[in-house]
Amino acid sequence: MKKEKRDLILAFESSCDETSVAVIENGKRILANVVATQINSQKRFGGVVPEVASRHHIEQITICLADAMQRAQITYDDLSAVAVTYGPGLVGALLVGVTAAKAVAFAHHLPLIPVNHMAGHIYAARFAGEIKFPALALLVSGGHTELVYLPKVNCYQIIGETRDDAAGEAYDKVGRVMGIPYPAGKQIDELAHQGKDTFNFPRAMLNEENFDFSFSGLKSAFINTVHHAEQLHQELDQADLAASFQQSVIEVLIGKTAKALKKYFVKQLILAGGVAANTGLRTAFTQTMQQFPQVDFLQAPLNLCGDNAAMIGAAGYVAWKGGQRADLNLNAVPSLEFDWIK
Amino acid sequence: MIILAIDTSNQPLSVALLKDENLLATVTLNNQQKDHSTLLFPVINQLLVQAELKPDQLDRIVIAQGPGSYTGLRIGGTAAKMLAFTLKKELVSVSSLAVLAAPMTSIDSQTVIVPLFDARRQNVFAGVYSYSKGQLVNLVADQHLALTKLVEILAVYSKIIFVGGAAHKFGDFLQKNLPQKDLSWTTGILDYPQAYQLGLLGRKKQPLENIHAYVPAYLRLTQAETQWLAKHQEKLNEPLVEKF
Repeated sequence: MKKEKRDLILAFESSCDETSVAVIENGKRILANVVATQINSQKRFGGVVPEVASRHHIEQITICLADAMQRAQITYDDLSAVAVTYGPGLVGALLVGVTAAKAVAFAHHLPLIPVNHMAGHIYAARFAGEIKFPALALLVSGGHTELVYLPKVNCYQIIGETRDDAAGEAYDKVGRVMGIPYPAGKQIDELAHQGKDTFNFPRAMLNEENFDFSFSGLKSAFINTVHHAEQLHQELDQADLAASFQQSVIEVLIGKTAKALKKYFVKQLILAGGVAANTGLRTAFTQTMQQFPQVDFLQAPLNLCGDNAAMIGAAGYVAWKGGQRADLNLNAVPSLEFDWIK
Repeated sequence: MIILAIDTSNQPLSVALLKDENLLATVTLNNQQKDHSTLLFPVINQLLVQAELKPDQLDRIVIAQGPGSYTGLRIGGTAAKMLAFTLKKELVSVSSLAVLAAPMTSIDSQTVIVPLFDARRQNVFAGVYSYSKGQLVNLVADQHLALTKLVEILAVYSKIIFVGGAAHKFGDFLQKNLPQKDLSWTTGILDYPQAYQLGLLGRKKQPLENIHAYVPAYLRLTQAETQWLAKHQEKLNEPLVEKF
């Protein structure tokens, strides 16, 4: 039997507060995915301080590479290409990964593949199953909330995005008011399961024709409710607060996605991004998708929802196959985003 | 020994290739429009091509460790650290201020050399150096300090030469606050870092034992950490970065 040809991608990710290096085989199998997270450091400040993040990245980057190469049991000669996140993200943080990837590509004469971090999040789902085009992806993270249409491979078109806060950002800000340490998403999710939606927070832009989101109104309504109660010395039920907040977020995300599924006839819906690890969101989506039996539902695996280099390797693999290459002058692009659909 | 020397500490970018103490090729750019991230690897590549060398023929990478611009230090530092690690070569780090002081070989041993970088708001990064028996000696460690503090430190010296663009910027202040001293300033090429000088300094140093441990010499905590430490005397009992 002929052995399948092995194409190995070495991938770097350093766009925010995770330093990660991965080795991916044929775009779908993880040989190594080392992630060094700075959560313990950044929680001192209640959020990510860019200069602190950049300093940790340069401390960790060669250690992560050494571990990844060792776990994957490969040498540089086995590699086909080096993929790297070049945006969006914190510029100082991105530059460490971009420079490191260039050094490895240059040293070993390997092609350098530029990867959009958001394409990476979408391709985290590749580890759960094949991506079927045309597809629609809902990306929900600390920095982004967007609906992306994928007509074919390596083609990403935004159809809607948040006009203010990202969903994950709203979680962190609400968490701060509730005294929950950064990052607050997981704890609010857990609390929400013990409470009920009693506060009826607003569902922003749900009835508008577009596919855009807004979470700053919800955040303000939440903060006002808490502050008002404090002034009256009233005790609010934390679980009900969390449940009410989360229910509003979920309804808006599902409402807009369902609307998009009715307009764009896709074969698959992909749910990805850090907030896609939210169990309330995953359960609600699984139920909603029963109304769309013709659409396959692919969720990024729980352990790959957060930032990691495995997803960059998966997206980098299809980009590499598609002939995308970067020169040695590749720069970080902190505000990189997909094109809007025409 | 083939040496690649990289200085990205400030606005100028300087890269040199040396064979022992001899210069093979060097480039110094001072392009305000393009940043180190865009320029560094194309310049390294160009020098290697011109010297007809391959990356794996390098024996040692020498990096200007700082002080300087944090982002600049990280671009050069990541490049140097990663090249040394991935090619299994030696890594040596040298003070970026020493790089400016290094060309003053003909200065008499009574004169101290003070290279400085602007650190904004009347602060500088500076150190005090001298040449003794052909060796560059560090008399006062590189540090981040107020200009007023710097003149206090310099009061004990009678002959001082200031090096670097920032030295001109603060020229009037230094003259006024160090009266009755024999002060002078470098000009021309000496105001710019030369990676060849960096390579020469790095040639004589011992390579780092643990490449993973290399981080730039920022000489300053971040503001967020300073504020946090002011409020938290106790240390975090968890590691700051966790790997899984």
